[in-house]
Amino acid sequence: MKRLLIGAAAIAFSTTITFADVVRMGTEGAYPPYNFINDAGEVDGFERDLGDKLCEIAELECTWVKNDWDSIIPNLVSGNYDTIIAGMSITEERDQVIDFTEEYFPADPSAYVSLSSADESVINGVIAAQTGTVQASYVASSGATLVEFKTPDETIAAVRSGEADAVLADDAFLKKFVEESGGELKFVGAKVPIGGGIGIGIRETDGELKAKLNSAIQAMKSDGSLNALIVKWFDGRDAPY
Amino acid sequence: MMGFCADPATVEGVKWWMCYLTTNTHISFYKSFLVVLALLALTAPLAMLLGFAGALARRSGIFPVSLIGHTYTSMVRGVPDIVFFLFIPIAMDQAFELTRHKILCPEVIGPVYQGNDFVVCTAAKLPLSTADAWVHTTYGFFLAAFGFAIVFGAFAANTIDGALSAVPKAQLETAAAYGMTKRQTFWQIHLPQMWGFALPGLSNLWMILVKATPLLFLLGVEDVVYWAGALGKTKTAAYFDYPHGDWRLGYFAMLLVFYLFVTWVSENFLSRMQAKFNTGQATIGGKKLPQGIAR
Repeated sequence: MKRLLIGAAAIAFSTTITFADVVRMGTEGAYPPYNFINDAGEVDGFERDLGDKLCEIAELECTWVKNDWDSIIPNLVSGNYDTIIAGMSITEERDQVIDFTEEYFPADPSAYVSLSSADESVINGVIAAQTGTVQASYVASSGATLVEFKTPDETIAAVRSGEADAVLADDAFLKKFVEESGGELKFVGAKVPIGGGIGIGIRETDGELKAKLNSAIQAMKSDGSLNALIVKWFDGRDAPY
Repeated sequence: MMGFCADPATVEGVKWWMCYLTTNTHISFYKSFLVVLALLALTAPLAMLLGFAGALARRSGIFPVSLIGHTYTSMVRGVPDIVFFLFIPIAMDQAFELTRHKILCPEVIGPVYQGNDFVVCTAAKLPLSTADAWVHTTYGFFLAAFGFAIVFGAFAANTIDGALSAVPKAQLETAAAYGMTKRQTFWQIHLPQMWGFALPGLSNLWMILVKATPLLFLLGVEDVVYWAGALGKTKTAAYFDYPHGDWRLGYFAMLLVFYLFVTWVSENFLSRMQAKFNTGQATIGGKKLPQGIAR
């Protein structure tokens, strides 16, 4: 009996330790509506809401960490934080280095945006894209001239300044910039389907965390709360799950 | 924050600016200027210390010591700075964590490097993942400061070494003739005269250090450059309380003013120091002194 109690106490103790462990959520904070830093200086956006909810379901304690996009994978594998939740498409190349949970956002076609005065042919000209994105590799192989930028915002600034003819990025990110540009910017050409769905990046050795987040994502898909979040942050979208 | 800022959409004009310039992100921007100054305040003495140690090691009569001195200065001066800035913080962080891993969790036998992953036990993480955000920031800042100090220490070592050699030999021989010991000669004759020769090189190094502080941004420290970029970029009304266009030019102009101000203060201070060290010295600077002061 005594041994049993000690065993139970040991289990209780070790579970408290796992629960007290904080999961550090890495994000870029520069890609609205997925993630951005609001005026209060906090991480905000679709992925903030989603991440907090997933942690709540999986009973994890989570904190948010900002990291530049171009070093976001190296800093995950070296252990600075435990997840990448930054609008990252699940791709073959990335999957060789890190693991992904199942998708929490369906594959979203990318779109070109140029100045309103431009015509269709600009998509074969100089195209701005963010370094290390699926869009950058698409442009590089499409025959157009690629100019890369460290942050998503700079890609749009490059179109405005005339440095690039058009920018290729996720449709949802570009949408508000076009709407609020007062006619300066417009979508151009057809949408391009690149990249798979968006998932949470996890270290390959972190199978336990991956399983927890996967079941939390599934729970949010089946009770409709993920759909509600997508409709809230991406206006005009249909519920995908 | 001021009361009327509660609903940013309704405020206009001067009030809008008052609200805008006092958002949390702006406060972080103002604080980041202090981060830059703190880096300078921490790195400069540390680099001087490493510089002295390096210079003395290079001049040492003991072969292994002088070898260490020469290796340090040649290696750091020969490899691009940016490589060291990026390498040192990562290497130090992993070295600390690896050591802690071996000591704190001996029961974990699996390898630390698993494929791409660097995996240490939870207790060995530095800082612990339970630590507050400011602990992580401060830790990152100290790693960065150390990286800066190692790089600039090597340049300082070279300058100091050169300056020690530049002190006229006659001065040291005279000291010996007066019966001073080696130690006395070094501290009372050699070192005080060295400063006059070292200062032009060291002040140059200081200015380069000031200019190099924006590299903090590359190391993930949220410095002035990070915040200027983050605040200046286009803000859409859909997600931000204070929407505006591309204001990066304005924010980077602020950085220009800040760095020019630091340069102006430094140059004034350094020219005073130069005048002080030159006083009574048998150098060109020492003989030119009267005109120097009149300026």
